[in-house]
Amino acid sequence: MLTTQQIWKLLEEVKDPEIPVLSLVDLGVITHVKVTDDHALVEMTPTFVGCPAMDYMKLEVENLLKEKGISPVVTISFKTPWSSDLISEKGKTALKKYGLAPPPSSKVFTDLEILETAICPRCDGENTEMKSPFGPTLCRALYYCHDCKEAFEQFKPL
Amino acid sequence: MTLALKELLYKMADDQLILGHRNSEWTGMGPLLEEDIAFSSMAQDKIGQSLALYTILQALGEQDPDTVAFTRNANQFHNCQLVELPNQEYDFSLIRHFLFDTAEALRFEMLTNSSYEPLAQLAKKIRGELRYHTLHANTWIKQLGSATPESTERLQKSLDYAMPFALGIFEPSPNEQELITTGIFEGEVALQKKWLAKVESVISQTKLTLPDLKSIKPELGGRKGIHTDHLQPLLDEMSEVFKIDPTAEW
Repeated sequence: MLTTQQIWKLLEEVKDPEIPVLSLVDLGVITHVKVTDDHALVEMTPTFVGCPAMDYMKLEVENLLKEKGISPVVTISFKTPWSSDLISEKGKTALKKYGLAPPPSSKVFTDLEILETAICPRCDGENTEMKSPFGPTLCRALYYCHDCKEAFEQFKPL
Repeated sequence: MTLALKELLYKMADDQLILGHRNSEWTGMGPLLEEDIAFSSMAQDKIGQSLALYTILQALGEQDPDTVAFTRNANQFHNCQLVELPNQEYDFSLIRHFLFDTAEALRFEMLTNSSYEPLAQLAKKIRGELRYHTLHANTWIKQLGSATPESTERLQKSLDYAMPFALGIFEPSPNEQELITTGIFEGEVALQKKWLAKVESVISQTKLTLPDLKSIKPELGGRKGIHTDHLQPLLDEMSEVFKIDPTAEW
């Protein structure tokens, strides 16, 4: 049987189906891993409650562990609620490289004014404008950059 | 205690499911692309949130979420009548969205302190998501509530029409006192008070006038399964595909 650390490492192979550069571990949706004599217990939590990719991600985790000969018990829980602060630094770098502005810290997100501007992931321009707090998926908002004149998306702070 | 808790969970889940369905009717029909996306996203949030609430109910011994969502008739639903009304023009949809989501955001905020742990955990999660809904509503109410004579007139008319139904949100459930005593939920009276303060603070930044609540008779009944003629056709449409083969694997 693998150790808890080895399972965490292994789970880095599973990517977010909508952002394929980001692993579920870096996204912060794997909240707990425990190894027992015969099972690997994995606790996951959705980014947004209505995230339609949750069942798919759970299945991917189960399949990977089974492939490695480990019997998985994967549960979905709100015990550790997901927040955009759970995205790792590595994850934030991957988001930017992918063209999505990483979320600002939700600690400064006391009011929604923080949403008014975001840093453009392409040109690092700060002269940007939020067009809509809703985008192509629940976790993204739409912005426009007045510096490079391109639309972009931000991974929403939550 | 379980009965009172189930009443609370059912009315919240039914509100979210029915308004989620109404929001989804804007998909492909929104007055501009961003609004189309916004109402579609809020639909997805609300239906997902209703699923999470029905899942808690299942753990308390109720049937599975699909059966509960797709096989009940109108008189078994406990949503307030506000959420079942047809979308009508965009001005009404916007006013309803503002009045309902202001209440719902405050309700989940209150429930973060619930003594019933599964609900408190879920509320901590949903609270953040609903911020985006109230941000959206407040932004448009402030803009269109002071824009042109047509926009303010339309919103005012919709506000006057929606207000009796909005007061129906706060129709107490039969066993509510138990929820208050046991610290599960502070109750509808406390919620309505917070809601009114919030609604007033946004409306006061526009040219709109809040109707005098004392002169309004609330449209009650939804929490007891009494609905307008609009709910059953909505349920028939929502469950049409499910009912073709309820045992199908999706």
